[in-house]
Amino acid sequence: MSSTVISHDAAHHGSHDHHHETFLTKYIFSQDHKMIAKQFLITGIIMAVFAMLLSILFRIQLAWPDKDFPILEVFLGKWAEGGRIKPEFFLSLVTIHGTMMVFFVLTAGLSGTFSNLLIPYQIGARDMASPLMNMLSYWFFFVACVIMIGSFFVESGPASAGWTIYPPLSAVPTSISGSGMGMTLWLISMTLFIASQVLGGVNYISTILNMRTKGMDLWRMPLTIWSFFLTAIVGLLSFPVLVSAVVLLIFDRSFGTSFYLSDLVVQGQILPNEGGSPILFQHLFWFLGHPEVYIVVMPALGLTSEVISTNSRKPIFGYHAMVYSLVGITVLSFIVWGHHMFVTGMNPFLGGVFMITTLIIAVPSAVKAFNYIATLWRGNIRFTPAMLFAIGMVSFFVSGGVTGIFLGNAALDINLHDTYFVVAHFHLVMGSASIFGMLCGVYHWYPKMFGRMMNTKLGYLHFWLTFLGAYLVFFPMHFMGIDGVPRRYYAFTEFPFMEKWVSVNILVTWAAIVAGLGQVAFLVNFFGSIWRGKKATQNPWKSNTLEWTTPVEHIHGNWPGEIPAVHRWPYDYSKPGHDEDFISQVVPYSQTMSSNSYHDFEGDEEAIAIQREWNKENNRSVEE
Amino acid sequence: MKLKINNRFKSILGCLLLISLFFAAPVLAYQQDAVVVDTIAVEETSVSVGVEAVEADTVIAASSTSEVVSTGTAAVELKQIDPQVYKDFFYYVLLFLVICTVIAVIGKVISIYELTRKMNGKYNPLANNTLQAVLLLLFLIFFLWGVYYSYTVWGDWSWRDAVTEHGEKIDTMFIITLVITTFVMIVVHILLLSFAYIYRMRANRKAYFYPHNDTVEKIWTVVPAIVLTVLVLFGFFTWRSITSIPEDLQKSALQVEVLGEQFMWRVRYPGTDGEMGKRNYKLTTAENPYGIDFNDKNSWDDISGEHIVLPVGRSVRFHIISKDIIHSFYIPDFRVQINAVPGMTNYFQFTPTVTTEEMRDRMNDPKYDYVMLCNKICGSAHYNMQKKVVVVTEAEYKQWLSTQGKYFTEDLQKEFAQQNIEIEGITTASLN
Repeated sequence: MSSTVISHDAAHHGSHDHHHETFLTKYIFSQDHKMIAKQFLITGIIMAVFAMLLSILFRIQLAWPDKDFPILEVFLGKWAEGGRIKPEFFLSLVTIHGTMMVFFVLTAGLSGTFSNLLIPYQIGARDMASPLMNMLSYWFFFVACVIMIGSFFVESGPASAGWTIYPPLSAVPTSISGSGMGMTLWLISMTLFIASQVLGGVNYISTILNMRTKGMDLWRMPLTIWSFFLTAIVGLLSFPVLVSAVVLLIFDRSFGTSFYLSDLVVQGQILPNEGGSPILFQHLFWFLGHPEVYIVVMPALGLTSEVISTNSRKPIFGYHAMVYSLVGITVLSFIVWGHHMFVTGMNPFLGGVFMITTLIIAVPSAVKAFNYIATLWRGNIRFTPAMLFAIGMVSFFVSGGVTGIFLGNAALDINLHDTYFVVAHFHLVMGSASIFGMLCGVYHWYPKMFGRMMNTKLGYLHFWLTFLGAYLVFFPMHFMGIDGVPRRYYAFTEFPFMEKWVSVNILVTWAAIVAGLGQVAFLVNFFGSIWRGKKATQNPWKSNTLEWTTPVEHIHGNWPGEIPAVHRWPYDYSKPGHDEDFISQVVPYSQTMSSNSYHDFEGDEEAIAIQREWNKENNRSVEE
Repeated sequence: MKLKINNRFKSILGCLLLISLFFAAPVLAYQQDAVVVDTIAVEETSVSVGVEAVEADTVIAASSTSEVVSTGTAAVELKQIDPQVYKDFFYYVLLFLVICTVIAVIGKVISIYELTRKMNGKYNPLANNTLQAVLLLLFLIFFLWGVYYSYTVWGDWSWRDAVTEHGEKIDTMFIITLVITTFVMIVVHILLLSFAYIYRMRANRKAYFYPHNDTVEKIWTVVPAIVLTVLVLFGFFTWRSITSIPEDLQKSALQVEVLGEQFMWRVRYPGTDGEMGKRNYKLTTAENPYGIDFNDKNSWDDISGEHIVLPVGRSVRFHIISKDIIHSFYIPDFRVQINAVPGMTNYFQFTPTVTTEEMRDRMNDPKYDYVMLCNKICGSAHYNMQKKVVVVTEAEYKQWLSTQGKYFTEDLQKEFAQQNIEIEGITTASLN
C-alpha cells in the first residue's frame, strides 16, 4: 500500500476538508476528537490543581491542629474563622477532594483525554463514531465541574458526607450542614457527569469496534486501545447503577421517600421514614464504586504499557497475557464490590464470597506487574520523563497493590477498614498510580497534542518531586492505619494513642506541600510549552503506532490522504535483522524481509514460501 | 537565534531578581516589626475586652489602645485581619518565586554547559539518560532503607498484640500476609529499579527482541494464584469462625448493647434478668433518649454503663445499633469493628483476654486505656466520638455493674406511671 507515505503539505490537500471554522467552533464547541481531548485534559488539570489545593488545606489542619493560620480566613472566610479550619469544612474538603480526584481528574481527565486523543489516532479513524456525542460528553463534564466548584459558594457549604456519600448522613440535612444545598449540587453534578461518561463510553466502544483501519484486527491493537475499550465497557455497565443510587437518594432527600432511611432520630427529632436500608445504597454505590477504581487504573495501565515498550525499545512482554489480564480484571471488577462492606452488617457469608473473588483479581494484576518488569529486562531503556512516570506507575501499582491483599481479606479488614491503611492503599494503587499513568501519557503524547515538545529537565524535576513526595505522603499512613487511626478525623488530639502520629503528620504535610509546589514545574512546562516548546518532529519517540504517521499539524480527518493500512502488531521494537530499532505498524512485511520470522505470517503458506525463498537467496537462517 | 532567547531570558531573570530583592528586603524588615506589632495587637484586644467589662476607668493603657476602646466592640476589632498576615503571605510567595528563579538559573547553567560541550564536540547525548538511571538506583537504596526504617520505627509504634481470642488469629494472619507482601514488594522493586539501571540506553546497543515466553508467564500466573488460594482459605475460615458463632454460644454470652448517636455512645447492660428490654425509636424523648419501651418489663432493670466494662475471659456479644446515622463500633486493640446502622442490629461476639491492668504493665504506661471509637464519618465531632473500654476481673465487673445507674430512672418511672393513668383516663373518657 502506498498510503504509508505521509505528506507534510496537508494544507494543500483537497479543499473539501476546509470547513469554515470560527473561534467558537474550533476551540469551544469543537467536534474534533483532538480538540476535545485537549479540552478534557486542561479541564482535568485545572480540577486536579483545585483538588490538590483542598488536600493541602486539610493536610495543614492535620499537621498543626493547634495552630492558627490567619491567612486561611482571608480565603475561606467563615469556614476558617480565626485561621483554623472548622470540622465541618474539613469534612467538605476531604469529600470534594475525593470526588474531584476520582471522577473529574482520574476518570474524565484520564480516560476522557486519552480515549479521545488516541482511539481515532491509533486505530486509524478520521474521528469518533459520533463527534456530536463526543462534544456533548465534554460539555456535560464541564457543567458538572462548574456545579461542583459552585457548591463552595453555597451558604451551608459543599457536600461533606465523604466521597462515598453514605446515607443517612448525606440524606438528612440536619445531621451535617453540608447535606443541605451542597449535597443537592453534588448529586446534580454527579448525574451530569454520569451522562457525560455514558455518552463518551458508547462512543469509544462503537469507534473501536467499527472504525478500525484496514488490517487493524483486534490482536493488532495497541494495549492502550484495549484498555480504553475495556474501560469504556466497565463504565457503561456500572455508571448507570450510580445514577439509580443517586436518583433514589434525591427522592429520599427531596420527596420524602424511604429507600435508604429507617428508624432515625436525628438531633432529637424523630423522622417519619420507615422500611429503608442504608446498606442498599452501599450496594448500589459500590457496584459502580469498585469498577470505578478499575476505570481509573486500566487506562493508566494501557498508557504505561505503550510508553514502557516504546522507551525500552522492546516489545511489551506477553502481549496476549496483558490483554487477557485486562479482560480478567474487567470481568472480575463487577463481582468484588462487597469487599468495601465487610463490616457494614452485610451477611457474613456473602463477605466470605466477596473475599474470594477479591483475592482472585490480584492474579491478573500481578501478571501485569511482572510483565512490565520482563519488558524492561534486556531492554535499551531511554529515560524520557514519560518513561520515568511509567516506571513510577509500576512502582506505585505494586506497593499499593500488595496492601490490597490485606484489605481484601475480610478477617484482616475488621481491623483495617476505614483506617489510614485504606487511605494509604488506594492513594498509592489508584491515586498515585493513575496520576502517574496520566502524567506519563501527557509527557509522551504532548507532541501529538500540541505539536511541540515539553522541556525534559523540568519534566525530570517534576517527576522526582512528585515521586518522592507521593511515597513520603502515603507510605507512613499504613502504620497509622495498623495502629487504628480512622480516616476523616479532623484532629488526632482527642486520643492519647494517636498523639505520637502528629510528628509523622508534619512530615506527611511537608511532603505534600513540596510535592504540590512541584506541580508548578509541570504547569509551567505544560502551558509554557504550548507556545514556546521546541517544535516536535513527526515521530519524536520513534514509535510504531499509527498516531505518529499523522502530520504534526492537526488537520481535520487526521491523515491528509488515505488512511494507512496496518500490516503488523504495534510492538516490533528492536526486531533482529532490521536496521532500525522500530518498525511502524504501517510497514508491510514485504519491506522488511530481513527481519521477518515465519511466526509473523500466522500460517499464511504463500507468504511463508516467499519468505523461505528470500531467506535461501540471502543466506538468512531463521528458526522454523 | 539561541543567543536571542538567552538575552531575553537574562533580562527577564535580571528583572525578577531585582524585583524579588526589592520586595524581599522590606519584607524581612517587616518581619522584625511584626513581633512588635503583634504584641501591641494582643495588648489592644485584651485591654479592650477588659475595658468593656470594667467600663471606662481602666483606660490607663497606651494612647493607641484608647482609640480601640472608643471605636467600639472588641468583636469588630477581632474580625479584621491583621495586615501582617498579608505581608507574611506575600513573603512566602516571593520566597517561592526566588526558589523558582534559582532553579531556572541552575537549569540554564546546565544547558549552557551542555551547549559548550556540544561546541567542543564532547557532548554525550546519553549523559542525562544515565543520570536518571543512577538516580533510580539511588532511589532503590532510599526505598529499601525507608522500608526498613518505617517497619522498625513506625511499625513498632503501631503494633500492639491483640487482646482478644479471635484477634490472635487475625494477628497471625496479618503477620503471614505482611511477610509475603513485603517480600513481593521488595523483590519487585529491586528488579524494577535495577533493571532500569542495568539496561539503560547505551550507544550501539540493541534491545533483545523477546515478545513472550509462555512458560515464564504460566509460572507467574500460577504461583500468585497458589499463594492467594492459601491466603483466601486461611482468611475465609478465620472470618467464618469470627462471624458465625453457634447459637448456644450466642445465648450463653454476656449481652451488651451499644447505641451510637451524634456524637456519643450509650451502653446498655441487661439487668439481673439477663434480657434487654425492647427499644422503639419512636419513643425517644429528652428524658428517654435511648427510646426504651418501658411497657416491656425486661427493660426495667436495664443498666446504663458509664464505660464499656467487660469481664476478662468471658465471651461478650455486642448488639450494635444506631440512633441517627451510620457510625462504626471500632476497638483497635481488640481487632473488633462493626458498623452501627440505623434500622438494623449488627452483632460482634468476642472474648477479651487481657485486663486493662495487665495491658498497662505490658505497655509500661500507667494511663493506658482501651478505647472504642467511631470509625465511620458521622459529622463535625466524628473525630471525638469515643467510649472508654475497661477489661477487669469477673469480681470487679460485678462490683462495677452494681454501681451503675438504671435506664428506668425515678423520673421516668413517675412519668410512666403518669402516662398509664392518662391513657387509662383517655380510654375511660372515650368510653364515656
